[in-house]
Amino acid sequence: MYQDVIIAGFGGQGVMLIGNLLAYAGMEAGSEVTYIPVYGPEMRGGTANCTVVISSEDIGSPIIQSPKSLIIMNQPSLDKFQPKLVDGGVQILNSSLVDPEKAEDRVTTYTVPANEIADGLGNTRMANMVALGAYVQATGCVPLEQVKKSLSSVISSRYSHLIPKNAEALQAGADHVAAQMK
Amino acid sequence: MSKTKRIFIKGNEAISRGALAAGCTCYFGYPITPQNDIPEFLSTKMATVNGEFVQAESEVAAANMLLGAAAGGVRAMTTSSSPGVSLMQEAISYMAGSELPGVIVNVNRGGPGLGDIGSSQGDYFQSTRGGGHGDYRTLVLAPGTCQEAYDMMIEAFDLAFKYRNPVLVLADAIVGQMKEPVTPWEPKAADNHGAEDWCIDGAQGREKRLLKSLFLEDGALAGQNRNLQSKYEAMQAEARADVFECDDADLVVVAFGSIGRIVKSTVRRLRSEGKKVGLVRPLTLYPFPSEVLRDLAKQGKRFLTIEQNCGQMVDDVRLSVRGIADSEFHGHMPGDLPGSDDFIAPIIKHLED
Repeated sequence: MYQDVIIAGFGGQGVMLIGNLLAYAGMEAGSEVTYIPVYGPEMRGGTANCTVVISSEDIGSPIIQSPKSLIIMNQPSLDKFQPKLVDGGVQILNSSLVDPEKAEDRVTTYTVPANEIADGLGNTRMANMVALGAYVQATGCVPLEQVKKSLSSVISSRYSHLIPKNAEALQAGADHVAAQMK
Repeated sequence: MSKTKRIFIKGNEAISRGALAAGCTCYFGYPITPQNDIPEFLSTKMATVNGEFVQAESEVAAANMLLGAAAGGVRAMTTSSSPGVSLMQEAISYMAGSELPGVIVNVNRGGPGLGDIGSSQGDYFQSTRGGGHGDYRTLVLAPGTCQEAYDMMIEAFDLAFKYRNPVLVLADAIVGQMKEPVTPWEPKAADNHGAEDWCIDGAQGREKRLLKSLFLEDGALAGQNRNLQSKYEAMQAEARADVFECDDADLVVVAFGSIGRIVKSTVRRLRSEGKKVGLVRPLTLYPFPSEVLRDLAKQGKRFLTIEQNCGQMVDDVRLSVRGIADSEFHGHMPGDLPGSDDFIAPIIKHLED
């Protein structure tokens, strides 16, 4: 088993958090994992991305130039990373902020209105969790339950009261993609 | 080893935890990116082992504090990144001259000058040729994974005391900033190799001792240099490398640290296409694993050295195989983030040459 993903969006959308969460869940599921963040010089408002690799054997490069999958949280990230996605790769597009018409036919795209779904659950800031839930459903690279269980290890204890809501957001994203996969 | 739970941490944290596991009780440093996670972590954790954490007024001060702690026979370390390590070179030379054990971590960033905060291997020469003035060497360990970063810190302290010599751990921004699962472990007991017989810990009731790097008496400095050289000769036994898919390889790529592991992905991909390419990843840079390369050269292998600099380790590869083979070189510019795709074309070019 081998999967790699670039998760990209605006600084502040929580792409680093879901990258950490995905990698942590992969480790807890018994896989080898790497996580590496890439920041622009700008921390807030600028673009941010991270790369996660999950594999059953030891991992060589933690930096991926032709990713097998993407989680795209905003339009500039689609413009930057979609051309690098391998043919037949999988991408999750946050259609709340990304134009789904820009998705290329050579790849498999799942569109998820992550901000709207998160809004419906009570907090737009959980859009990242919705997108991750969608991604896990689309790729099956780690069990969704493992991701939910890992929330308490990745979210600082100060915000532990938000864990049940984040688990709901993960599930909502997964359900949204499951419907598209039928 | 009992089964320990894996923890998911940055390389910088692995370096910090490895140092604590090794029994390090003194840390001196001055902030610089991309290694700030190390002092941040140790600033709280050092207190839990009754150790000392000092944020010095400069790298010059931090390195001299390290010298002082080492003279006391204490397991001590400093960490910095390239420009900061340059500032430490005077003290490192004094430590080598005085035969003092200490650990210096360099999380290599782009250079020359202030460069950038991204990854680079531009400090290879500085690390492996001594770095400061005079004829001396430091042992140099080069982790490519977070687990290696942890393990090599434990090894670094043991080697420092075994040889009474500074040991440098040369990481880079990729190793420092990436997160991986690490299995923490504790070595049995710190062996300071008889440090109590030479360290300065109060002379009451015994002959007084002098630790110094100044040798003015007739013949004294020559004697000390002969002593140091024979020590460096003995260190050669510590050379280690990770050898991957070399048995039937036509071309052997030599790459260290983070570039070594990135090239491993390239080699795996080319292997899946039937290309006969292997990888030697030196784990110690001084001593350099020359025997491993020389043996491969005798088998008729050709060599390509890949580094994230403009050509430094390639000198050591060429020296290792001299008289039998040569090494081609591919340099990835510091300033550009490297990935495994970058090395496909250079490897194929030299494979087919």
